[in-house]
Amino acid sequence: MTIKNTLLAAAAGAMTLMASTAMADALRVGVEGAYAPFSMKEADGSLTGFDIDMALALCAKLERECVLVEQEWDGMIPALMAQKYDAIVASMSITEDRKKKVSFSAKYYDTPSRFIAKEGASFDLTLEGTKGVKIGVLRGTTLQCYVEKHFPDADIKLYNTQEDVFADLTAGRLDLQLNNTLGALDGFLNTPQGEGFAFYGDDLDDVACLGEGVGIAVRKDDPLAGELSAAIQAIRADGTYKTINDKYFPVDIYGN
Amino acid sequence: METERTFFAYLRHISETTSPLDFVLIYDNLDRFVGGALMTLQLTFLALFLGGLLAVPMAIARAYGRPGWSQAIWCYTYAFRGTPLLVQTYLFYFGLGQFEAVRNSFLWGPVLSDPWWCVLIAFTLNTAAYTTEFLKGAIETTPAGEIEASKACGMSPFTRMRLVVLPSAFRRALPAYSNEVIFTLHGSVIASTVTLQDLLGVGRWLNGRYYLAYEGFITAMVFYMGIVLLISLLFRMAEKRYLRHLRPRGADSATPAQATA
Repeated sequence: MTIKNTLLAAAAGAMTLMASTAMADALRVGVEGAYAPFSMKEADGSLTGFDIDMALALCAKLERECVLVEQEWDGMIPALMAQKYDAIVASMSITEDRKKKVSFSAKYYDTPSRFIAKEGASFDLTLEGTKGVKIGVLRGTTLQCYVEKHFPDADIKLYNTQEDVFADLTAGRLDLQLNNTLGALDGFLNTPQGEGFAFYGDDLDDVACLGEGVGIAVRKDDPLAGELSAAIQAIRADGTYKTINDKYFPVDIYGN
Repeated sequence: METERTFFAYLRHISETTSPLDFVLIYDNLDRFVGGALMTLQLTFLALFLGGLLAVPMAIARAYGRPGWSQAIWCYTYAFRGTPLLVQTYLFYFGLGQFEAVRNSFLWGPVLSDPWWCVLIAFTLNTAAYTTEFLKGAIETTPAGEIEASKACGMSPFTRMRLVVLPSAFRRALPAYSNEVIFTLHGSVIASTVTLQDLLGVGRWLNGRYYLAYEGFITAMVFYMGIVLLISLLFRMAEKRYLRHLRPRGADSATPAQATA
């Protein structure tokens, strides 16, 4: 009996040890995979995009192995808290609401968002003017916050992936959709699917909803946030950031 | 009044910080969940009703119709029973929308561009396929004696179907149908994947809006459990009433009908 217990304890101890060393090595990063050009899938199913390259570069800087974990957008923060991964590199804006649940690194890029509509279409972007107008946004984004706050009487439709939003915009089920400008250009407007569509109106402006740039989310008060901020500064300084940036965008998307 | 407000503020504070479940937030959004439940019930029962209307003639044709008819309907039920409801819904919603011809047709504007209609069509065809098959089974197992007796009484095939075969087939299909109703309710969550704000849609909205992990799901779950409980109770009552003749004789000797039998 005693021997058996000792053996069991030893086995359990060994397993914990193995688990903890493995944990210390690999950094598990939550990514999305349906948000071109930040995060998308190649034909063979492998992940690519600005966010993915950024995650890999930051892991390299921290000298930790990167394990990319795919997660649909609306479960991104819940899965972080459920320990499915340790950091989110998925174009997540730093907002007050999210800071209640998670901690953020410093921003790693900052680009504006705009409406997209059919070319030549005309909308009155006011509370009154958007009554019943069909606006599509990705569920659980800063844009959902924005559109629900500013146009509560619009017919707001929430989607699981950005690709579904584009599909419904082309199918004519939506009048307007809201998106990050760079994501919209590469993922839609500059593709054959986006022919006949254009940006509508100005860049959105509402820090409370839209946040202060895009950062890396980690569990609340995880010191990883500070390490990642330092790593972002380091890859800015050593030129890695610029290499990745230029691979996808004609301009520096870091912002001011 | 003052203490009441501070008590509520205290409750809200507890709910937002220490409580594992942000119950005040759920309470604040309860009206949305009720709206979602109504959408779920509307889709489920409308699909069941329309599917049932389609299933009765198809089941009769499957059981008694000419071989060609029966096989054609079998192909339809096989296709809809053999594929996931999610795939069927996507086909109606995203699939049809891909075609220019569909988008230009007269059906696009009022029907196919609307997620509600796409979902209703998919659900209706799906439940009709399942209902057809088990109703066909029930029709085929009508005791030969009952049919002979009705023939001996000089009933026309139509009257025989209306007065003898269908009523007894419906009774025997009742337990299977209660499962179908509950499965259709469970399947109705698919509506939320094509932007409809059904119960799960509202749950996901809440999670998305406030970046929560499970509050929306747990609330939706409680609502679903309540609805399923209600459906089960209704079916148990219906079975008690319509399948009374199948129960062991001693079981309800108290009822006068049995006592005199």
